[in-house]
Amino acid sequence: MAEEQKESKPAGESKKRKTAVFLVLVVITAAVSALVTALLVNIFERKQEAKNPYLRVVDVTEDTVDPAVWGSNWPRQHDGYKQTVQASSTNFGGGDAHPAEKAEKEPWLTRMFAGYAFAIDYRDRRGHAHMLFDQEQTRRVTEKPQPGACLHCHASIIPAYRFVGKGDVMKGFEEVCAMPYQKAHELVDDKGNKLISHPVGCVDCHDPKTMELRVTRPGFLVGIKSLKEHQGTKDYDVNRDATRQEMRSFVCGQCHVEYYFKGDRKTVTYPWSNGLKVEEIEKYYDDMGFTDWKHKETGAPVLKAQHPEFEMWNQGIHARSGVSCADCHMPYKREGALKISDHWVRSPLLNKSRACQQCHHYPEEEIQARADVIQERTHALMRRSAAALVDMLDAINDARKAGAGDEQLKAALAFHRKAQWRLDFVAAENSMGFHAPQEAARILAEAVDYARQGQIAAKAAPRAPATQPGK
Amino acid sequence: MRVLSARKLVALVAIALGTGLGVGLFTFTYARGLSYFSTDPRACINCHIMNDEYDSWGKASHHAAAGCVDCHLPRDTIPKYIAKAENGYRHSRGFTFQDFHEPIQIKPKNSRILQNNCLKCHGDLMHDIVEGSTTDVTSVTCVHCHASVGHGPTR
Repeated sequence: MAEEQKESKPAGESKKRKTAVFLVLVVITAAVSALVTALLVNIFERKQEAKNPYLRVVDVTEDTVDPAVWGSNWPRQHDGYKQTVQASSTNFGGGDAHPAEKAEKEPWLTRMFAGYAFAIDYRDRRGHAHMLFDQEQTRRVTEKPQPGACLHCHASIIPAYRFVGKGDVMKGFEEVCAMPYQKAHELVDDKGNKLISHPVGCVDCHDPKTMELRVTRPGFLVGIKSLKEHQGTKDYDVNRDATRQEMRSFVCGQCHVEYYFKGDRKTVTYPWSNGLKVEEIEKYYDDMGFTDWKHKETGAPVLKAQHPEFEMWNQGIHARSGVSCADCHMPYKREGALKISDHWVRSPLLNKSRACQQCHHYPEEEIQARADVIQERTHALMRRSAAALVDMLDAINDARKAGAGDEQLKAALAFHRKAQWRLDFVAAENSMGFHAPQEAARILAEAVDYARQGQIAAKAAPRAPATQPGK
Repeated sequence: MRVLSARKLVALVAIALGTGLGVGLFTFTYARGLSYFSTDPRACINCHIMNDEYDSWGKASHHAAAGCVDCHLPRDTIPKYIAKAENGYRHSRGFTFQDFHEPIQIKPKNSRILQNNCLKCHGDLMHDIVEGSTTDVTSVTCVHCHASVGHGPTR
């Protein structure tokens, strides 16, 4: 009996043990299978990412100005473009939903722009998506009469040019430039649809058939041709002759440039036929006797620098090394297996890993520190130039009060024009010197020099004989 | 409680293990697992993270003389498989969970492997120049200056 019991007990225990082992094995195998299957599905998904770059679900044409329509075919790029509504700022640029007046930080701007619309309203920039709305709202446009020329760069406008020019974009461009701003903005086609409704978008840089980069802005087409002619290349057609890498800068250079409105018809023109440097552009204006406005304090015939990013970048080491605008402002990024350009166009300092680390193998803090050094030095030099400019304005005002006229102040006023043009060239340029640090410093050094020379000339200007009340 | 006979138990365990093994083997094959034991550079773009590195290698001077593993893995068998295991684990984990830094950056140990491989071929010529310079704290690697010999432009 005792032996039987002994035998039966181990038999029961061994059955239990077997069951336990069995269950444990099933659980382990199930867990392993589940994990392996999860991995398999993960690998499958990653492999799918590598397929189907895009699918054309809608047709886009030269007249498709709405980026949302393009977005059905290229949702990743469109997502990036839409991100440009976001407020972003760096140490020296950018603003929120209601950007601050630049003069709040740099009060000298108000004196530099005395008598000009920029003294009324001049705010920090916002993203691409806001460009048309912000132009409609600025007091420079609402309170001063402006031409249709302004829309050249703030709207997806080529279909409007084509409509007005009856198929001829260049003719339509000239017509629309000459219209009052509000009239140009309200243009409608034969069916009564508004022609100008979107800020610059997909169709302005991309060929709708091939998606190749292309330049559409008449101002740039003519401007780059005149520059290339100056450099010895005849009959340059940017869309035919530029390399792909050049196009990655030229499409941005369509608008981020120095320009003026030529003649009574206000044709948007890029002053590049002597070259892109500050004094080469100045020579262009001097030779034709062009003046943006008469300075309200001194009466000097002065120039307004616009936003010469393309010109400044051209003088810098990045341009020299073949690095394009898009390489830093729209760096490549990976989405799944796709390599795409980030269409959230913004400061590289907001995207240092992709924008800078691709070439500069340093930690982000180091990259930021390098940019800070350049921008802070430029800013300090800019403030110094501004102080010199303000001193010169005071000296000229004093001379005028003491009876000096335009004839006596001729030299001082010429220095005013030169100094202000240079200071504004750096101040209006959106990189605080980063696009070409040494060039920015050179320009500001010249600005200081011309301003101080102007100050000396004003102090030395012959005064009218003082009227002594007692005599 | 109903209890399975030992034979049935063994059969079931065999089925369970076989299922696991089958799924595992299929996954291994589907993921081109064997290619990782080859020296074919295309194995390095099985996943697409290094597409740019692969493309730019094709545009650089060394593509005719050296493949990925010639520069990026030790030459001796044991250190080679240790490096393969370390990098393989980190790459698989990063790719599966998608939690790695982009652009990808070389790790210090891999940087040392790379430097040693420069010397494996060029050492006889460069010996006097690089004496000690690859081990010091302030050492400068060959690719610090010769940045484009292995990988050309990525734009």
